Amino acid sequence: MNPVIDIKDLWVEAGSASAGFDSIVEGVSVRVHPGEVVALIGESGSGKTTTALSALAYSKPGCRIVGGSIHLNGRDLLELTQEERRQLRGREAAYVAQSASAAFNPAIKIGDQVIESTVIHDLMPRNEALRQAVEMYQRLDLPEPGQLSNRYPHQVSGGQLQRLMAAMAMSSSPSLLILDEPTTALDVTTQISVLSAFKDLIKGQNTAAIYVTHDLAVVAQIADRIIVMQDGKTMEAGPTDEIISRPQNAYTQTLMAAVRPPPKSISFDTAGGGVQANSDSIISVRSLTAGYGRVEKKIVLQDVSLDVPKGQVVGVIGESGCGKSTLARVIAGLLPQVSGEIHHHGEVLRDTARRRTRDVLKNIQIVFQMPDVAINPRHRVREILGRPLDLFIGFDSSARESRIDELLELVELPKSYKTRFPGELSGGEKQRINLARALAAEPELILCDEVTSALDTVVGKAIIDLLKKLQDNLGVAYLFISHDLSTVASFADWVVVLYAGKVVEQGPLEAVLAPPFHPYTRLLLGSVPELRTDWLDGVVASKTHLDHLSQSVDADAVGCPFFSRCALAIENVCNRHNAPLREVNTGHTIACHVELEALGRQSH
Amino acid sequence: MTGRPENAAALGSGSDVTPSLVIGLIIVGFWLLVALFGPTLAPYLESDIITDMSYAPAGEVGLLGSDYLGRDVFSRLLYGARMTMGLALLATVLSFSIGVTLGFTAAISGRWIDGFMSRINDALMAFPSVILALIVMSALGTSLVIMIVTVAIIDSTRVFRLSRALAMDVSVMDFVDVARSRGESLWWITAREILPNTLAPLTAEFGIRFTFAILFISALSFLGLGVQPPAADWGVMVKENLQGLLFGSAAALMPACAVASLTVGVNLIVDWFLKRMGSDVAQELMN
Repeated sequence: MNPVIDIKDLWVEAGSASAGFDSIVEGVSVRVHPGEVVALIGESGSGKTTTALSALAYSKPGCRIVGGSIHLNGRDLLELTQEERRQLRGREAAYVAQSASAAFNPAIKIGDQVIESTVIHDLMPRNEALRQAVEMYQRLDLPEPGQLSNRYPHQVSGGQLQRLMAAMAMSSSPSLLILDEPTTALDVTTQISVLSAFKDLIKGQNTAAIYVTHDLAVVAQIADRIIVMQDGKTMEAGPTDEIISRPQNAYTQTLMAAVRPPPKSISFDTAGGGVQANSDSIISVRSLTAGYGRVEKKIVLQDVSLDVPKGQVVGVIGESGCGKSTLARVIAGLLPQVSGEIHHHGEVLRDTARRRTRDVLKNIQIVFQMPDVAINPRHRVREILGRPLDLFIGFDSSARESRIDELLELVELPKSYKTRFPGELSGGEKQRINLARALAAEPELILCDEVTSALDTVVGKAIIDLLKKLQDNLGVAYLFISHDLSTVASFADWVVVLYAGKVVEQGPLEAVLAPPFHPYTRLLLGSVPELRTDWLDGVVASKTHLDHLSQSVDADAVGCPFFSRCALAIENVCNRHNAPLREVNTGHTIACHVELEALGRQSH
Repeated sequence: MTGRPENAAALGSGSDVTPSLVIGLIIVGFWLLVALFGPTLAPYLESDIITDMSYAPAGEVGLLGSDYLGRDVFSRLLYGARMTMGLALLATVLSFSIGVTLGFTAAISGRWIDGFMSRINDALMAFPSVILALIVMSALGTSLVIMIVTVAIIDSTRVFRLSRALAMDVSVMDFVDVARSRGESLWWITAREILPNTLAPLTAEFGIRFTFAILFISALSFLGLGVQPPAADWGVMVKENLQGLLFGSAAALMPACAVASLTVGVNLIVDWFLKRMGSDVAQELMN
């Protein structure tokens, strides 16, 4: 059998004529046969996307292919003219990008975009293409396939758009599909349906696929072979099973180590103490309701109550749009609440930061998700860290300087970084500065809003390790907000599960991760990919899981917000009345109509 | 963590000097020198009548001939550089002070204040600027101070719009939220977080506004509302000597060329600056 795509000894350079060129891909070879999925895995900057794009004979602006050969279906792409290459793209090889919402034109109907490449290449008449598109929607398990073509991109959810991207790529039946981090931006529950749709499509059409990602657990589900890349070089290549069970290369082992174990398999160190129920809280949130908009409030957070005890980590988990970031913003005083109260050591907090006392401001610091926009690019590191020192602590200039050194040391950065601008730091380094700025105020509590989500697995793990170390050494508490259950599970003492702005379950970590579960918690737990190759198939086989994935969140719903997705939903009860709060144990509560006993009986 | 040395120099490097930048710098530098030293180099005073011959040809009387009153065109051109560029600079600085202050205030204030300020600004912008200046100056008189203030206020409507938009862009960034969560004052946030991040586009705009101010003041002077005779201003000189064109005199063309070259020079520099800023933005997006 001939390979569909055969990239041999590829060399790519980036740069400009004036600044000189640097190699970003050095001698990488990729060969994919029909029906086979090859994963390119590595951190950002490892050259994996550049390699994948070369299969389209495309290089990003500023890059150029300088060596090697690329054969697609036997033809050398580098020998072709621009026009001939254009003919190939979308017809023989198609590309699925990471962010579907950015890849769809918001002003054009979905159907017209899905069949665009078919129509451009004159493969079939428009009506025929549209009819085929509907078949494709059905195969991808998209809701209301008949009407979907007439909708606009903003009318469907992110996970559906991502599947539509696949439909778009597959509409011309290409022999090669390039998937560039297609599930990275999705919630875990959505990721499953998208992954299994891709898998079915690839196997069903006998397409060759190159799958680019940094997530080993995802790769384990879909890839037949893995190529591990670092700094533009191939570190290791081989069948998925072998790489995952017996990684040879040191870098592959680092990658494997950075994959957090799925929450279920964590063994709890009960001697470690858990949460003391009565330790005095830094922050107590009581019946907090908050939202956006001036005239008509859009409520995104409803009746939320939680406590952050001294020196503890409270994890807040939920999918995008559940209101978890809003919670951090309200506590930080950036967004006034509609109702409810926030107590700080028993004292009620004012609703905006400027009305709060200096002490309160000092004690509660916030760290944002995106390191690139969370620090001012025009300030040097010294100014960034110095400002909270001046504001909250007050030092003379030499003590200030040595404190800045100390802070940099705390976040494991060299002192010489003081004079740098943020633009001269990598993403992980910026996040460390971000953290150091929060630490500068010597706070009791740091609100961490998805602090690792924008980072690579390895870099993210380093940040989590750092957070743990700081907690041990400084006794700082965290409100750790994340959509990633395994990160929270590796780290938190107390877990709050948010769904559509409501707390559906909260309690000590080990209690939340053990039965009885709220049905949503159970869905989340079952959706975290595991590092074994048969995980996805297993989840898909338990069909109950998938049936309830394609529904989207409805924040305005009466009754239990999870009703429309819940396997245990009781008609006319769950959708009519708010769920009662059931106390499982001291502190561990579940908001559900279903009896605890029934919730405990569900197995994974 | 991977280092990114190639991006390290992005902020401060000026290695990509283009020929058009060099030309712009030479032109602007030349006129700056003339503005500084012109009056000491000029063979006559700006108001000296050196001949009784109107529109004497170049070379015969003085270097560039004489104007309609028999004054030395060359000397007046040298005097005029300081007047023209000085007035334009004053007007632009003033218009930026007004426009940026109000624009930033509007951007970080509440909806009502912002709406109020923006609608007034829209109303002012609805008038053609020369007509508006004509009305104001015929009502208030034609002193230099009044002219500078009028030009500055009219120009500041454009600056207001730009700076408000820029500040709004920056004020939704997370680092501004971090500053707000520290309880920083609006003043501090504006001065330390927003201003540094809008400086590059504002500087480019300053260059463009400066050339517009030259043209605007020259136009007002040409209409008789700006600089009053016998003071030399390039706009005034064009107006005074327009008749001379009929007799084949270049006395009106010389100051016109001076305005044109200064405008071109400043624009070449601004273009380079904008392009460099653009590539910075592109680079940040790629990383």
